[in-house]
Amino acid sequence: MAAARAVVVDGVTKRFTLRHARSIKNMTVRALRREKLRDRFTALDEVSVTIGVGEAVALIGVNGSGKSTLLKIISGVMPPDAGTVRVRGRVAGLIEVGAGLHPDLTGRENVFLNGAILGMDRAETLRKFDSIVEFADIGRFLDQPVRFYSSGMFMRLAFSIAVHTDPDVFLIDEVLAVGDPLFRRKCIDRLREYRASGRTMVIVAHDAKLLRQLCTRGVFLEDGRVLWDGDIDTAADLLLKKRQERRRGLTAPARPPAEAGR
Amino acid sequence: MTAASGAPAGLDAGLDDAGLVEPGHGGGLGEVFRRRYLLRLIVRRELRARYQGSLLGLGWSYVRPAAHFAVFYFVAGVFLRMSDRVEHFPIFMFSALVLVSFFNETLINTTHSVLGNAPLVRKVYLPRELFPVASLLVSCVHLLPGLAIVLTVASVWGWTPSAAAIGSALLGFALVATLGIALGLICSALHVFYRDTDKVVDIATLFVTWSVPMIYPWTVVRDTAPGWALDAYLANPMAVGVLLFERAFWWPTTDGASAFPADLTRDGFVLLAMAVLLLGVGQFVFARLQRRFAEEL
Repeated sequence: MAAARAVVVDGVTKRFTLRHARSIKNMTVRALRREKLRDRFTALDEVSVTIGVGEAVALIGVNGSGKSTLLKIISGVMPPDAGTVRVRGRVAGLIEVGAGLHPDLTGRENVFLNGAILGMDRAETLRKFDSIVEFADIGRFLDQPVRFYSSGMFMRLAFSIAVHTDPDVFLIDEVLAVGDPLFRRKCIDRLREYRASGRTMVIVAHDAKLLRQLCTRGVFLEDGRVLWDGDIDTAADLLLKKRQERRRGLTAPARPPAEAGR
Repeated sequence: MTAASGAPAGLDAGLDDAGLVEPGHGGGLGEVFRRRYLLRLIVRRELRARYQGSLLGLGWSYVRPAAHFAVFYFVAGVFLRMSDRVEHFPIFMFSALVLVSFFNETLINTTHSVLGNAPLVRKVYLPRELFPVASLLVSCVHLLPGLAIVLTVASVWGWTPSAAAIGSALLGFALVATLGIALGLICSALHVFYRDTDKVVDIATLFVTWSVPMIYPWTVVRDTAPGWALDAYLANPMAVGVLLFERAFWWPTTDGASAFPADLTRDGFVLLAMAVLLLGVGQFVFARLQRRFAEEL
């Protein structure tokens, strides 16, 4: 592990409030029936993870384990309720596909807008423009509004822009699930190159095989706690085991009330 | 199990934390200014998206004020005979109308701005003040055609630029824009948590339209209402903003017989200072509430 630290998550706790009633009418009805107006639910419970510069870490866990929440906290979208998070350098992420792509703008305009959202200035976007378009492989659709794109093209453009922002810490959430096999291959190669250049990566995905290829370290989360932090193979095996358990015991233990990441 | 949270000892322990910063710790409006390239792109996107697929495009920003103007002119100016009481009534009314429309548009659009960008707010960290500020700038773009018309008509009636006129216009604009973004920050943040906010704002804009001397001169209030009511009326920053605009664009075209409230300029500056204070409050409220935006959306 490298000496310099890229991400330091220290004792982070995050709770969500689930409000059952929003309108005054519903609140009154629930109050009269003596039902609870809200539930607190702990998505992350004193999670501490330190990621060194140049590491490729997978956040693994079944649905609702808090991995997406952790990624959002690292990206700064959500502040933690307790504990601290610190990161080094430019953090950019693909938290779900194409958050910054606007359907009414053309592909070209979206490259500039989304690039700016992810922290690039105009000169940098211009410099990388050709490379972004080539990687996304959207050809003559470049000057068409993005809403006419197929889901594959949409995803390719989003990924291409994000990957070209050259962040110091790259956060990836569930994006590699879509896309055609060819492009997927290209993405994985690109991420490998990226990792080889000594930068940091944090990935959330459900595909154990893919994570084994890309990551060196796995952090397994369950119900908001770190169950395992170490080599990727153990973490991936743990995921497969938990999935089997879950499939077998559908009647068994109560799951947390809701999926944390939305 | 957790790797090295005790931090590697020795030399690089100090070096280690040098570049580490807390993510998502926005610097508020200052951060928006620092990322003005992004702000510009977002404003352009808003303008593009709004007129996407419409035949008239930005031409709609002429049609709306024109329709407003026609309605108010015929009802107030012709039927209610305001044209007889107020010299050059069209320019009197229109100079007020552009400012009121600007304020109402700013307030309504900023209120929806954060919710309208929910996918971004939820997934990428940006200084969230970007969205209300972008809405304000879009309203500013829409103000330009209206102002151009006001200036053209006023010039036909003999308006020439003077320091007093331009100063009044700038003060009026600064006052209304500051008030708009201050309230907009608060409303946009509240709207994330309570979707009633835009209904309240909608009703508020109705009051704004009628509580300013737009289709009647302020002297009507002076002559019919008790003194304290007039004081209350003139404490309304929108009324003062409108009076300043009328002093800038309408008054120079008249014979100058109609009076403005005493100390209008001073009131304008006092209210501007208060609007700046309110902007500080708005920024504070927004900064507090925005911490829970991502989970609420």
